[in-house]
Amino acid sequence: MREVIAPLAKMLADKEISSVEITNKYITAIEQDNAKYNAYVSTTFEKALESAKNADEMIAQGSASLLTGIPMTLKDNICSDGDLTTCCSKILEGFKPYYDSTVWSKLKAQGAVMLGKTNMDEFAMGSTSETSCYGAPLNPRNTNHVTGGSSGGGASAVCANLAAYALGSDTGGSVRQPASFCGIVGLKPTYGAVSRYGLIAYGSSLDQIGVLANSVKDTAIVFDTISGVDEHDQTSVDFKFGSTADTLGQKDVKGLKIGIAREYFEGINSEIKDAIMQAVKFYEDNGAQIIDIKLPVLKQALPVYYIIACAEASSNLGRYDGIRYGYRAENFNDVEEMILKTRTQGFGEEVKRRIMLGTYVLSSGYYDAYYKKACLLRENLIADFDEIFNTCDVLIAPTAPNTAFPLNYSGASPVDMYLSDIATVPINITGVPAISIPVDNDSNGLPIGMQIIGKKFSEKLLLDTAYFYEKNAQDKVGNFEGGAVL
Amino acid sequence: MSYQLVCGIETHIELATKTKIFCNCTTQFGGEPNTHCCPVCTGQPGALPVLNKQVIEYAVRAGLAVNCKINNNSHMDRKNYVYPDLPKAYQISQFDEPVCVDGYVELDSGKKIRIERIHIEEDAGKLVHDGGYTYVDYNRGGVPLIEIVSMADISTPQEAKEYAEKLQLIMRNVGVSDCKMQEGSMRCDVNVSIHQPNEPWGTRTEIKNINSLSNIVRAMGLEMERQEDILDAGEKVIQSTMRYDANSDTVYVLRSKENADDYRYFPEPDILRFVISQEKVEEIRNALPELPDAKLKRYINDMNLPENNARLIYKYKNVTEFFDAAVNEGASAGNVLNMILGPIYAALQTEEDKENFDIKTTSKQLADLVKLIDDKKIRANKAKETLSLMLESGKDVTEYIKADDLAGLSDDDLKVLCQGAIDANPKAVEDIKSGKDKAINVMFGYVMKNSRGKADVKKAEAIIRELIG
Repeated sequence: MREVIAPLAKMLADKEISSVEITNKYITAIEQDNAKYNAYVSTTFEKALESAKNADEMIAQGSASLLTGIPMTLKDNICSDGDLTTCCSKILEGFKPYYDSTVWSKLKAQGAVMLGKTNMDEFAMGSTSETSCYGAPLNPRNTNHVTGGSSGGGASAVCANLAAYALGSDTGGSVRQPASFCGIVGLKPTYGAVSRYGLIAYGSSLDQIGVLANSVKDTAIVFDTISGVDEHDQTSVDFKFGSTADTLGQKDVKGLKIGIAREYFEGINSEIKDAIMQAVKFYEDNGAQIIDIKLPVLKQALPVYYIIACAEASSNLGRYDGIRYGYRAENFNDVEEMILKTRTQGFGEEVKRRIMLGTYVLSSGYYDAYYKKACLLRENLIADFDEIFNTCDVLIAPTAPNTAFPLNYSGASPVDMYLSDIATVPINITGVPAISIPVDNDSNGLPIGMQIIGKKFSEKLLLDTAYFYEKNAQDKVGNFEGGAVL
Repeated sequence: MSYQLVCGIETHIELATKTKIFCNCTTQFGGEPNTHCCPVCTGQPGALPVLNKQVIEYAVRAGLAVNCKINNNSHMDRKNYVYPDLPKAYQISQFDEPVCVDGYVELDSGKKIRIERIHIEEDAGKLVHDGGYTYVDYNRGGVPLIEIVSMADISTPQEAKEYAEKLQLIMRNVGVSDCKMQEGSMRCDVNVSIHQPNEPWGTRTEIKNINSLSNIVRAMGLEMERQEDILDAGEKVIQSTMRYDANSDTVYVLRSKENADDYRYFPEPDILRFVISQEKVEEIRNALPELPDAKLKRYINDMNLPENNARLIYKYKNVTEFFDAAVNEGASAGNVLNMILGPIYAALQTEEDKENFDIKTTSKQLADLVKLIDDKKIRANKAKETLSLMLESGKDVTEYIKADDLAGLSDDDLKVLCQGAIDANPKAVEDIKSGKDKAINVMFGYVMKNSRGKADVKKAEAIIRELIG
């Protein structure tokens, strides 16, 4: 895996190169390659060069941090003042927020350079990024295959070296699964570790902003900056992580208790299973203790997820009515007709499907049978995970039951697609953190990701454990050559 | 056919916090449209609500003032519906765990109107209709509200008005709202149904847009009549939302509610559950001011003030504070009250003037003046004149009444004056001797004038009669 941030930061500090020069390199790469991958849906090159200039000043004055002057990208559902932020949906076409998300404020204060916004499933609803109104982003490892979703554009950009790192969002696996499909690192933090203010909401009790990067160290550096309690988000938690990046490499895995839940491996294709178990063996060979655990409630995680996510989404997406922002239908006789037409024309199929599902499970007469029950089951799952982390330090599981689908895969119905989230959704339901790192390629050369899961606020342990593998195990996935490699 | 009324009232009250319930925008009334707004209260994508703690405190205060039990554990819920003045297409409100439950308001008759619940929620924006277009102003969106739901205990329009009036009085007195119906900081939705005695309750309708206390009575009367006509004709009352229009003094159907709205309530995921400790509840309870009805009782029973006079001040927090303070300085309650009802109220014509009670004279200054009356050092008329002057200038009583004005009249001086009265009024003396006793008033007039009001009339009478013989 390739460390990008620290080396760049060193080059900047040593005056070998300026941020403006670095930014220009990325810009050139995007101009050349984005048509191939459709990773970016909007670019902010002028602004980026402005930021790069300011970053160079910060560096000159000695007030730079590791992230100063480093070009990056935001998923198209993360708000930045004055920049197009459309959730890859027609209903938000042309929308430019007039405020910054907290994560972007933090990065901006460090002198980060934003190159543009990246492609995603419309409103983050999907596992392939194909529901984007701008067309699917493509997997740099094999452009006949999807990137995964919903943060597919970010994963594609990072993999193809069109950004040093990306911020994505993960509600049911949307950072980890694309990371797995593209062979890069993806971290979903603990629910509440990173402020959601400015993240356009999909499933409020499940959403978290996550990091996509080419290495564990890069991931840790970005996480250290974006995490922290925020007065604008009452669900954010004041947990003092300390620096997760500074202490990487200080720990080995001797005595680390790794839980393997057989339910996680049911129905997984054998190549993936083997790849994960090989990685697990690596840890065992280095002193970790492997513990067999049972997670029977796991199979209920999918319906619980879809009921809760869709219910919250049906409410969160009510505000898109053409009155204050975004797309507004033409030809209507009254407000009601305007709203009806705007939403009918503005939303894609999958979004409509989930809104209707969510409305149904919350409706009178069905609330108890679906939503309330899902919430109770959620409590069970949380309790089960708490129980497991009494005996294990981390869990290891595949990130996805498959590798990157071919584009327009007609073999999957919407429900089949939902089932592919089995490995990732339990993490969002319980609010714990998880990281996906690439461990091998399948026989088609498509990357396989391994998920390391910990209890709440155990990001440091996850990053340490992932880093140990990255540094000491054989790199069977390799870096993607191309884009802006400095 | 004599129908019986069943009525319950839902009252929305805008809380007088400085900022909105979920963001830092000001709650100030008015302002250019859409200038008291931010991403949160305009429902921008990505914005999140942050609960203003003071709103919870105000709600607890309001609940305690109407004898509610406070829930120590509570949370917010989303109420989903579509309307242009609701930017998120859901209102953050409370469904099954309101902050306050099981209270009551006691009417003068002793009857208690029970309060089922009080919960907190955000207000919506305002629609302005102009020239065929509808405009939305979000300034009001996010202003904190409490919704007070009464049980259907109200039996007459008068009771309804009294209930609303008492709620208004109480909420103003505990300082949670200015409760101005014309400005919309207090809104009453009145639910009305009628039935024959010993029959089940009838179908109810809800009347909205009542903008004054007296219009509550008006609107209810009209709606009861409408329902009576329907039932008399053998038809059924349809559950509807009605609107009262003050200009035309009519009640008409706004929309029928054949099917109840499904708001798909679910717990608000962006706001965590909150705890109101019992300690905090007691702290708020102890800080409650004396409530108006209790104050009235105290004025009538403890201070022996005439009820109709006490009623003229008990509603106004600032007036009663002033009154109580003056009495605490040692001035007699009766005289203080008279001074307030006289010269002070003369300058305060409107309800608002009395609410604000913006006068230059302090309670101590009034007390000093009243003590002179109490000690019989000056007469009431003189005091009233003096008070008028004090109100204008804000100065102490000593500015107008000097020490030697107050020096008493000696018996000798009085005797001299009485003799002077007799000498100056021979005709009156004749009249008195011949039985026309009223003529003695002329003597009194002379004595009072020449003693500058200081003479003791009874003493003077005795002396004059003795001198006349």
